[in-house]
Amino acid sequence: MSLPSKLTDFTLAEARNAVSGKKVSSIELTKAFSKAVADAKPLNAFVTETPEKALEMAAASDARIAKGEARPLEGLPLAIKDLFCTKGVKTTAGSNILNNFIPPYESTVTQNLWDAGAVMLGKTNMDEFAMGSSNETSFYKPVLSPWRAKNSNAALVPGGSSGGSASAVAANLCLGATGTDTGGSIRQPAAVTGTVGLKPTYGRCSRWGTVAFASSLDQAGPMTRTVRDAAILLRHMASVDPKDSTSVDMPVPDYEATLENGVKGLRVGIPKEYRIDGAPPEIDALWQKGADWLKALGAEIVEVSLPHTKYALPAYYIVAPAEASSNLARYDGVRYGHRTKEAIRDITDLYEKSRAEGFGAEVRRRILIGTYVLSAGYYDAYYSRAQKIRTLILRDFEQAWEKCDVLLTPATPGPAFAIGEKSNDPISMYLNDVFTVTVNLAGLPGLAVPAGLTADGLPLGLQIIGKAFDEATVLRAGRSIEIAANFTAKPQHWWAA
Amino acid sequence: MSQHAAKTIKGETGEWEIVIGMEVHAQVLSKAKLFSGASTEFGAEPNSHVSFVDAAMPGMLPVINRFCVEQAVKTGLGLKAQINNRSIFDRKNYFYPDLPQGYQISQFKNPIVGEGEILLDMKDGETITVGIERLHLEQDAGKSLHDQHPDQSFVDLNRSGTALMEIVSKPHMRSSEEAAAFLKKLRAILRYLGTCDGNMDEGSMRADVNVSVCKPGGYEKFRETGSFKHLGTRCEIKNVNSMRFVQMAVEYEARRQVAIIEGGGTIKQETRLYDSKLNETRSMRSKEEAHDYRYFPDPDLLPLELEQSWVESLKASLPELPDEKKARFIKDFGISAYDAGVLVGEKELADFYEELARGVDAKAAANWLNNEVLGRLNRDGLGITQSPVSASANNAIIRMMGDGTISGKLAKDLLDIVWSEGGDPVQIVEQRGMKQVTDTSAIEKAVEAVIAANPDKVEEIKAKPKLAGWFVGQVMKQTGGKANPSAVNAVLKTRLNLPDEG
Amino acid sequence: MSVDKDTVRRIAKLARIALEEDRVEPMERELNGILAWVEQLQEVNIEGVEPMTSVVAQKLKMREDVVTDGNIAEAVTANAPVSEDNFFVVPKVVE
Repeated sequence: MSLPSKLTDFTLAEARNAVSGKKVSSIELTKAFSKAVADAKPLNAFVTETPEKALEMAAASDARIAKGEARPLEGLPLAIKDLFCTKGVKTTAGSNILNNFIPPYESTVTQNLWDAGAVMLGKTNMDEFAMGSSNETSFYKPVLSPWRAKNSNAALVPGGSSGGSASAVAANLCLGATGTDTGGSIRQPAAVTGTVGLKPTYGRCSRWGTVAFASSLDQAGPMTRTVRDAAILLRHMASVDPKDSTSVDMPVPDYEATLENGVKGLRVGIPKEYRIDGAPPEIDALWQKGADWLKALGAEIVEVSLPHTKYALPAYYIVAPAEASSNLARYDGVRYGHRTKEAIRDITDLYEKSRAEGFGAEVRRRILIGTYVLSAGYYDAYYSRAQKIRTLILRDFEQAWEKCDVLLTPATPGPAFAIGEKSNDPISMYLNDVFTVTVNLAGLPGLAVPAGLTADGLPLGLQIIGKAFDEATVLRAGRSIEIAANFTAKPQHWWAA
Repeated sequence: MSQHAAKTIKGETGEWEIVIGMEVHAQVLSKAKLFSGASTEFGAEPNSHVSFVDAAMPGMLPVINRFCVEQAVKTGLGLKAQINNRSIFDRKNYFYPDLPQGYQISQFKNPIVGEGEILLDMKDGETITVGIERLHLEQDAGKSLHDQHPDQSFVDLNRSGTALMEIVSKPHMRSSEEAAAFLKKLRAILRYLGTCDGNMDEGSMRADVNVSVCKPGGYEKFRETGSFKHLGTRCEIKNVNSMRFVQMAVEYEARRQVAIIEGGGTIKQETRLYDSKLNETRSMRSKEEAHDYRYFPDPDLLPLELEQSWVESLKASLPELPDEKKARFIKDFGISAYDAGVLVGEKELADFYEELARGVDAKAAANWLNNEVLGRLNRDGLGITQSPVSASANNAIIRMMGDGTISGKLAKDLLDIVWSEGGDPVQIVEQRGMKQVTDTSAIEKAVEAVIAANPDKVEEIKAKPKLAGWFVGQVMKQTGGKANPSAVNAVLKTRLNLPDEG
Repeated sequence: MSVDKDTVRRIAKLARIALEEDRVEPMERELNGILAWVEQLQEVNIEGVEPMTSVVAQKLKMREDVVTDGNIAEAVTANAPVSEDNFFVVPKVVE
C-alpha cells in the first residue's frame, strides 16, 4: 500500500507503520500536524495548542524508537478534547468557570494514551461541559466544520459536543482525537463531519480525571478517520481503573485483530422505531443502502422493535440535567475556577454571582431543569420515572439481542446545519441526538461511520449499535459499511491561512 | 418493651413530659477516608490530609473503603440491628464552603443498617429499651475557621470525606438522664467493638438531640399507634458534645418549650445550637432557609451489596459486648446487677475488674475496686487506664488480705504505698514486716501489757463489756497494727472473761 | 406540570445561580418548553419497573484501608482564587 504524499493525510494506522518502520520520524509528523493546527485557526477547533509539549513528546518517542523500545502508539500526534484533565495543561471544559484551571493530575484515558507513546497536539474546543450538539455553547466561540455545502460559503456546525475533535479529525489536523459521549457527543459530530466516532460500552473507558457532565451516561471514546484507527485508539484509551467504581473489570481485547472478519452470518437488526416523521428522505435512503450493503456482504437483515425509543430523548433530558446539576455544584469559586470580581455581600452572593458569570446560558438552563426535577415533590414524577423508563429501554435492547447481533440505524436525523440555525430553539437542538441517545441510556457501544453525502455534498453517517462490551463486533460491522460505502470525500481546504 | 414512667416537668398549667430522640455521628476508626486514600489523622496541617477527591477537583471519583463498610456492619450487629445486604449511596445536595463537592455522599432511602436496639441500665435498677431507627455511612464535611480574620473564613478540608456512621435512635427517651445514659451506652458499645474511639473532645462522636414535650399520655399513644401526632413539635439541638451538656441542653430546651406553649405560643420545628457557656439553646438562622436536599442515588457508585456469609463471619467474630459481659459478671462473679452495670460501662474498667478479681472473692474485689481504687483515681483525677497500681498488683493485695497475710487496714496502707512509690506489693509486705501477727503468744504478751498498764479499765469492763473495742485498739497499737484482729478478740475474751457477743 | 416565576426564582436560589429579574420570565418560558416536551413520559406504563441504579452489571469496587494519598496541600490549593497558608479563603460565613 502506498503512503499518502502529505504527512497530514496519513491515517493513524499508516502513521503507526511509517513511524515504527522509521520511514518518518515522530518529530516530522508532529511538526506537520502542529503546523496544520496553527494554520487552521479559522476552524477554532482548539482551545489550547501545545506545540512545544508535542515536540518534546515526539523527541522522546523518536529516542525510544531508536532504542527499539517503541510502544503501540509511539510518536503519534493526537488531539484531546478539553474535557480530559491534562496535568500542567489548562483544561476548560469549554467553560468560563474553568478558564484558568490547570489540573495537577492527568486523566486515566489520556495517561493511557501517553503510556502507549502518543503525542499531544493540544486541547480541542467543545460545547460547554459537553452540553450541546453544535459546539455553539463553548465559551471559546463556536467551532466551524471544515465542510461547506455545495456552492455555499455558509459556516456550518461540526456537531457537538466533541465538535473541536471532529473538526480537527475531518480537517486532518491530527491522526485521531479523544471525544466524550453522553447523549451522542462523539457519534453525532463524527457523522456530520464524515469521520468515525465510537462510544464504547459504559465502564469501558475510565471516567477518572474527565470533567463530569452526567456520570451515569458519560463515556470517552475515539474519533478517527477510519474504523481501523478507532479500533487502535480505543484499545489504548480503555482500561480497568481501580480509581473509577464504574469502570468494569474486563480485559481490553485487540479490536484490530478481528476487524477484517466480515459480517457473513451476522444478524443485523433494523429497529423500526428509528423511522421518524419529518426526517429527510436522504436519511431513510442511506439507511436502506446500509442494510443492502451488509446483506450483500453476507449479513442477515432482521426487523426488530425497540418500542420505548421515542421516550429516550425526553428521559435523557431529565436524567442528564439532574446529574449535571449535582456534578456542577463543585464549581463554586472557592477551590478553583472563576470567582466573581463584583462586590459581594456574603458567601451565597459569591456562589450566585460566580456561577452566573461562569456558566453559559445552556449550562444554566440545564442546571435549573436538573435542580427542578430533583426537588422535593417532583423526584418521583421526573427523575424516578425517567430511570424506570431507562430500565424499559435497556429491556428493549435485551429483547432485540435475542433476534440480532448488532443494530443498524441512521446516526443523525440530518446533515450539519448552519451556525445559529437552531440555537434559539433548545428542543430542535436536542433532537439532533434522537438516534444516539438510546445507546447512552442503555450503556451500550455505538459507532458512527461515514456512509454518504447529501445532495448538497454534506456527509451523513450510519450507526452500528452492539451488545455491551462487544465493541469488536461493532467495529467489524462498521468496517464492512466503510468498505461498502467507500467514503472518500474530503472537505475543501478553505481555512488555510 | 418497657414502658417506664417519665420524669415530668411542672408547668403552670400542669405536668409535661419530655420525649427525646438522638442522632449520633460516630467517626469510623479507619486509617483512610471513606472514599479516598487520604489520612484521617486528627490535628494535621491545613489541607494536608486532602486528596484531589476530597477537594472535589474536576473529574475526581469516589471508591469506597472496605474497612469502613465492615465497621458499619459490625456496629449494626452490636446494636442487634437488621443488616441490609443491599444499600445505596445518595447525594445530599447543598452549598457550604466546607462541603467541596456541593453534595455529601450519604445514604438516604436504603441505609446499610436498619432497626435495632440499645438497653439502658438506669440508677434505679430499671432497664430501658431504646429503639434504633437506622445506621448509615456518610462523609464528614471540612471545617471553616471564623476567628482568623475579621471578614474572612478559612477553609480546611482535612476532615472532609472522613467516614461517619450516623446512628439514629427512635424517640424513646423520657428524661435528660436517659439521654445521657443512651449516649454513654452507645459510646461503650462502639468502644467495645473498636469501630469508633468515642472521643467527644476531638469530635469523633457528636450528638444532635431532638427534644419535644407533650402532656402525660401522649407518648403512650405514640408508642401504641406509631403516630407522631401524639407528640409535640420537636427541635433539633446540634452538636452537643459531652454527656453533661446533653443533660443540660435537654433540661433547658424542655423548659423553654413548656414556657412557650403555656404562654400561648407554638413550637417551631427548627435547628438550635446549644451554648454551653450560657447554658441555653438558640435558633440557628443559617439553617433556617428552606432546605431541599434533592437526594438521588450517586451515579459514581454502584449499590453496595453484601454477602450474607461475610456478614455472618463478622457476627461470629464480634467481641463480648457490655450487656453480655454484664450478664456474665452477674452469673460468674455473683455481683449485683448495678455493680456489674457500672463495671461494664467502660471496657477498660471491666477488663481491670476481671484481672483484679481473678482467683479472689469477686464481691470483695468489686468493693475494693469501687471503694479503694476508683476513690483514689477520682481523687487524683485519673482514668482507669492511668491507674498507678495495676489490676494484677491490686489482685495481689486482695489475695494477701484474703488469706490473712495482711489486715484490711494494712491492705489500704499498702495500696497507698504502691500508689505513690510503686513496687511489688508482696515484696513490700516482706521487706517492711507488714505481715499480720497470728502468733498467739505474741498477742498474749501484748494483751498482758495492756492489762497491766490499765487496771482501771479492767475494772470498768466488768460492767461495760462494750469497752472490749478499746482494748482491741490498744493491742493493735502495741503490735503496730499487724495483730490479727480476730485472734486479739479471742485472747481478750478468755483473759477478761467476756460474755459471748449478741 | 409547569413552573411559575416564583418556582424559577426558588430553583435558581437552590442552584446558587444569580438570575436577574429580567431573565426570570424568559427562563420560565424555556423551562416550561422543556417540561411540556418531557411530559410525554407520563404516558409510559412504569408499574412494577425498577429504576435503573447502574448500567453496568458489576459489584461495587472496594479499596483497602490504606493511606495512599494526601500531603499535597500546595497542589490542592494551587488553583484557588484566594488562599492563605494552604487554607481556602472565603467571605466570612456566619453560623
